[in-house]
Amino acid sequence: MIRFAAIRLVEIIAMLALMSFLIYALIGLMPGDPIDLMRSADPRMSAADAARLKALYGLDQPLLLRYAGWARQALAGDLGYSRLFAAPVWGALLPRLGNSLLLMVPSFVLAFTIALGLGTLAARHPRSRLDGAVNLFCFAGISMPTFWLALILILVFAAGFGWLPASGIATAGSSDIADRLRHLVMPVTTLTLVSAASYTRYVRSAMREALAQDHIRTARAKGASEARVVVHHALRSALVPVTTILALSFGGLVSGALVTETMFAYPGMGKLIFDAVMGNDYNLALAALLLATVVTMVANLVADLAYAWLDPRVSYR
Amino acid sequence: MRFMNVFRENGRTRHHRRVALLVGLLAWGGTMPAGAAEHEALSIGITQFPATLNPNIDVMAAKSYVLGMTLRPFTVYDAEWKLACLLCTELPSIANGLAIPVDLPDGKKGVDLTYTIRPDAQWADGVPVTTADVRFTYEVGRDPQSGISNAELYRRIRAIDIKDEKTFTLHVDKLTFDYAAIQDFMLLPAHIEREAFAAPAEYRLRTRYNTDPTNPGLYNGPYRVAEFVAGSHILLEPNPHWAGPPGHFRRITVRAIENTAALEANLLSGTIDMIAGELGLPLDEGLAFAKRHGEAFQIVYKPGLVYEHIDLNLAHPVLADRRVREALILGLDREAISQSLFAGRQPVAATFVNPLDLGYTADTLRHRHDPIRAGALLDALGWSKGGDGLRRNAQGQKLSFELMTTAGNRSRELVEQVLQSQWRRIGVDIRIKNEPARVMFGETLPHRRFDMAMYAWISSPENVPRSILHSSEIPSAANGFVGQNATGFTSPEMDRLIDALEIELDPTARKALWAEAQRLYAAELPSLPLYFRSDVFILPKWLTGVRPTGNQSPTTLWITDWSAQP
Repeated sequence: MIRFAAIRLVEIIAMLALMSFLIYALIGLMPGDPIDLMRSADPRMSAADAARLKALYGLDQPLLLRYAGWARQALAGDLGYSRLFAAPVWGALLPRLGNSLLLMVPSFVLAFTIALGLGTLAARHPRSRLDGAVNLFCFAGISMPTFWLALILILVFAAGFGWLPASGIATAGSSDIADRLRHLVMPVTTLTLVSAASYTRYVRSAMREALAQDHIRTARAKGASEARVVVHHALRSALVPVTTILALSFGGLVSGALVTETMFAYPGMGKLIFDAVMGNDYNLALAALLLATVVTMVANLVADLAYAWLDPRVSYR
Repeated sequence: MRFMNVFRENGRTRHHRRVALLVGLLAWGGTMPAGAAEHEALSIGITQFPATLNPNIDVMAAKSYVLGMTLRPFTVYDAEWKLACLLCTELPSIANGLAIPVDLPDGKKGVDLTYTIRPDAQWADGVPVTTADVRFTYEVGRDPQSGISNAELYRRIRAIDIKDEKTFTLHVDKLTFDYAAIQDFMLLPAHIEREAFAAPAEYRLRTRYNTDPTNPGLYNGPYRVAEFVAGSHILLEPNPHWAGPPGHFRRITVRAIENTAALEANLLSGTIDMIAGELGLPLDEGLAFAKRHGEAFQIVYKPGLVYEHIDLNLAHPVLADRRVREALILGLDREAISQSLFAGRQPVAATFVNPLDLGYTADTLRHRHDPIRAGALLDALGWSKGGDGLRRNAQGQKLSFELMTTAGNRSRELVEQVLQSQWRRIGVDIRIKNEPARVMFGETLPHRRFDMAMYAWISSPENVPRSILHSSEIPSAANGFVGQNATGFTSPEMDRLIDALEIELDPTARKALWAEAQRLYAAELPSLPLYFRSDVFILPKWLTGVRPTGNQSPTTLWITDWSAQP
């Protein structure tokens, strides 16, 4: 087990090095740079100013040289400065990461809880009305565009009833926790509904497969209660494939939800990464994307280790 | 027929109708924006969040909008497009003796300009605004490491003489007609910023506008920044040391909401009171909003300095012929486009000069829609119409061009389709090939890899068109692809006019030069003029005093004129 984990950790480090170069190269290969964009917004900015700023920001250097400089700095623990946010990378990233976790963790937990309940119920009563209703919920949730759902919620609960704030993370000048929570209700609901729909499909499918297995029939034959059969035997088997899906979703906790954040003007990681990539903010884009990569890969490692706990047949030698 | 009309609706229209229907169903009597009840606070929605509040670093409309309320520039162009003093007491002129032309050792003409800072001007921490700030700002502006975006003015100032705490003289190396305009000289508070400038190369990272944006000593306008939540909102409160007329509002929140549908929903919910015209809805969305909710708001349309046009690549062998370019513009019904797509709110442009500009002349070729004359011109050039309605020359080559614009800009994409259809009627084939803005502006235009490119030039009052029309500004490998004359327009006459315009001090003589430049442009047609873009200001009915300028000065510079009707 320890050897397996050690090999995976080495793989993660190698993958990070490769990813950092790919991200840097892809951003660098995009045409135009921030100074060109700045110049198109200011008719009075001269070519001399553009050249001076490109030199100042190192944009006049070849891509490989710039990457080598970044890598050297990053290995020394300095992720540099975000040009777009006019702050050190961590200074720009941490508040957004906090905002994203506040948004993503509750919606992830809620969505998974709903999915476990609905998926299990639907699997236990296949082709029933209940199963039909759960399927309808799933298809509606999966096919409904996130921006549309967000807009409907804003129009109903902010513009219509006036119960909830339409956007932002807090009322200007307020440090009230209740106010912060009110601002979270609609974005969390949007993400929960969208995620719960797809998770429910996975749980339902995994549970149906688990409930049809021999050991479930044996458990029932031995007189185990239905609740024990479902929770102790079937759900544990069903969680193995679901764990893989959840592990892959973990990266999303730190990479944010671009559409939801944009619709609710919520300053989270999704918007930060998008702006950083589009604005050629190499330092920030790299830090944010590498963070998401690390979290996804570590979550996958944890999921692999969890298989052994969930399924006694799995072992790592 | 009705079915066809419904079928033709684009997704956006259907989406708007659904939203409108939902709002109609949900709205009940008496639902009013919450902010309207109190009127001591104002919440403004904009579509961008400023990366920095340092007035001299980076160029962003969102920053100018916020700084309009918090920092006074020395000079501005006002709503009448006249230069005015804000932080100074009097504009220097040769007549009042505050501007003195001087002969420089290199034989050129320079000018000495004397300004006096308003005696009551103070930073919001109570420290007076003085010439120490002027000297410090000059020091920062002159340092190539400091990260100042537009350093042109600082380079042109040879030296500064400090007369006393409030009066100083700038020694400028070139006497231009707009010598008194120093809006790029945005004052920095020496008592706060000097420490951050200790290492000039680090200044852009350490400026207190980034590290401590709520420090009151950074602002000298009617308001100061009280809260700064990056990416979300900026809260402004009155500057207690402001000596001018006080602002009406006790709190102003500027909230960034990038998605325009969400911006509308926020307005309807009362989360924001108004949508700024400078950074708000595009005109097509503004018009749609006005149809649905116009009764509940004041909606102001202001045409401005954003000049929509089509650049023609003059290196293209067919487009190089002026008569082809003339046929192309005669084939366009720009008035119909403006009326049908923009409800006539975007005035058709004759040239790059806005009718509100001092240099404007109506005495130019107007190129009204005349498809018959367009056809005759093309016939005479040997482009004959075939059975498919398209023109070909004797060699069988089709009269066909590639038209591009910024992908994702719905309004431009719609106009593009109309242009394609209008030109097809005179036998010209148009192939649409759009690109993301950064590809088009970063790669395609500088390398002149296009036939026709539709986009906008952002200008300023009496902005001499050197960068877009002077032959020295044609981007090429030799100059590292800098310069904005992407059409490749070369005219010794235009070069002469541009050079003369910059230094002509006599307004009458200058107006004559402007008129000549416009006539030449309208005759030569390096670009096809379309219209001047309009901003849409959506304001609550109770708000008064907002006067859109149409130029680059944001309305917020006159925030103290804004008030609420009882």
